[in-house]
Amino acid sequence: MHTTLTPPESSKYMRLNLGPSHPATHGTLRVFVELEGEIIRDMKLEIGYLHRCFEKMAETHTWNQVIPFTDRLNYVSAMMNNVGYVMAVEKLIGIEPTKRCQRVRVILCELSRIIDHLVCIGANAVDLGALTCFWYFFRERENVYDLFEALCGARLTTSATRVGGMYKEVPEGWFEWVRRVVNNIPRTLDDVDALLTNNRIWIDRTKGVGVISKENALEYGFTGPCLRATGIPYDIRKAMPYYDYDKFAFNVITQSEGDTYARYLVRMGEMRESLKIIQQALDDMPEGSVNIDDWAVVLPPKDQVYNSIEGLMAHFKLIMHGIRPPSGEVYACSEAANGELGFFISSDNQGRPYRVRVRPPCFAIYQAFPEMCIGQTVSDAVATLGSLNIVAGELDR
Amino acid sequence: MQETDIKLLANLLPNLPENIQSEILSVEEFRGETTLSIRRENIRRVVEFLKNDPSLRFDVMMDLFAMDYMKYETPKPERFAVVYYLVSLLQSRRLRLKVFLSEEEPTIDSIHDLYKAANWFEREAFDLYGIQFNGHPNLTRILCHSDFEGHPLRKDYPSDKYQRLKNAIPSEGL
Repeated sequence: MHTTLTPPESSKYMRLNLGPSHPATHGTLRVFVELEGEIIRDMKLEIGYLHRCFEKMAETHTWNQVIPFTDRLNYVSAMMNNVGYVMAVEKLIGIEPTKRCQRVRVILCELSRIIDHLVCIGANAVDLGALTCFWYFFRERENVYDLFEALCGARLTTSATRVGGMYKEVPEGWFEWVRRVVNNIPRTLDDVDALLTNNRIWIDRTKGVGVISKENALEYGFTGPCLRATGIPYDIRKAMPYYDYDKFAFNVITQSEGDTYARYLVRMGEMRESLKIIQQALDDMPEGSVNIDDWAVVLPPKDQVYNSIEGLMAHFKLIMHGIRPPSGEVYACSEAANGELGFFISSDNQGRPYRVRVRPPCFAIYQAFPEMCIGQTVSDAVATLGSLNIVAGELDR
Repeated sequence: MQETDIKLLANLLPNLPENIQSEILSVEEFRGETTLSIRRENIRRVVEFLKNDPSLRFDVMMDLFAMDYMKYETPKPERFAVVYYLVSLLQSRRLRLKVFLSEEEPTIDSIHDLYKAANWFEREAFDLYGIQFNGHPNLTRILCHSDFEGHPLRKDYPSDKYQRLKNAIPSEGL
């Protein structure tokens, strides 16, 4: 899969290959650059090193069996992929999860957004030589992963959602635990704020680096923090609210410069807004079940399976044949940590998806990377790449 | 277009000029999403109009991908389809365009110069489905290895097929 630049004999520049295994790429990304001194004059990208044809695998599994594959898309915030996928299937079937389930999913999504941003900023700072922030952030990230582990038994590959509800009811005392974890995060954010936001070195390394204009960002299909850093206040949670996001009070954080520093500020701001949303969702948590009451979609409770013929039959049908959504095509999008995560699903009334298409936010963003880097130094390219938060699992699928 | 489609279209996108309306084959509404089926020949004209019309301004191409309807339960007009997903920030609305392509000639004009985002998305549709995009500057494989044979997401490509790479290590280039 070799990409070639201009023929070597006609090139007066030095050619350098970064990746696919490189400490600054945080994933399998391959970047070819042509350098004049330290300045990048041309850049070509090669992706696909983590391609496993998720979309083909989804076609040979039942609707619920696809959920574990979605963990591996953006593995930094797996919960959001779980939620995004089941949201599409639920839209296709025409059901709405219970209010309690919606609140739990909102909490999980916002926690995932926070840890995704923590990893992004932490790793970006490490690339620029600021190791301390990384450790501060990863302490909080571990706390959030403990929460996930208590909920579903896994830290990274969560598979916590099911069509029509969740894998399990929330364990006892979990909401109080979330409160404790969430109450600790602002202190860490303040610490890193104090370390980075007005830090002369950090500002020198990130301001005016990797700039993209508003118009260009739209042309390339940017979404999420990278788009909002250019000054466009587009957030799906506000533009097309799902799961009662319109009832939560939070702000869409924007900056206007479109550079690495602006993206850092947007992410820092968004984490604080996410904390607000989690507090509100916790305060307004309804009682009841996290699963809808429809045995054609959700597994019946175990005592019904063992003690009633209807329960046993529903269990058997669901395990052996799976859910059978009606024929049709839907697209459901949610605001993931990197931007618009869309699932397009086509069903032909069988127990398996006819087609699952995932619209990964990284794919559109990474395409603009050469344009953001040409004319800058290699070290600036490293700073830019970190701030775009490219996750290869999602990019290559 | 059928009578009901014309009415639906007049509701959704009023005042479409004649030369755009004549390119629309059908209109479909499902779960609150609109899908317009477009004639293959003039897809560029339709997309350009939707992007630049001051009252519509579909300024973001959110997604572009292909479909293979070979094994779909209800027959479709043609085997392949290319789906465009456009978003208008001004109106905060979304629109899906679908163009059916025949099995013998799965080619369509590229829109890479209308939206920069289309470049990689078209390469992906070429890689996974073998759709040819006329006028694309670099229509090469993007996700699969350059030695890969066939198009993996086509319905007649077996999901358990194994391919051995012939030139795993490139002999030239960097």
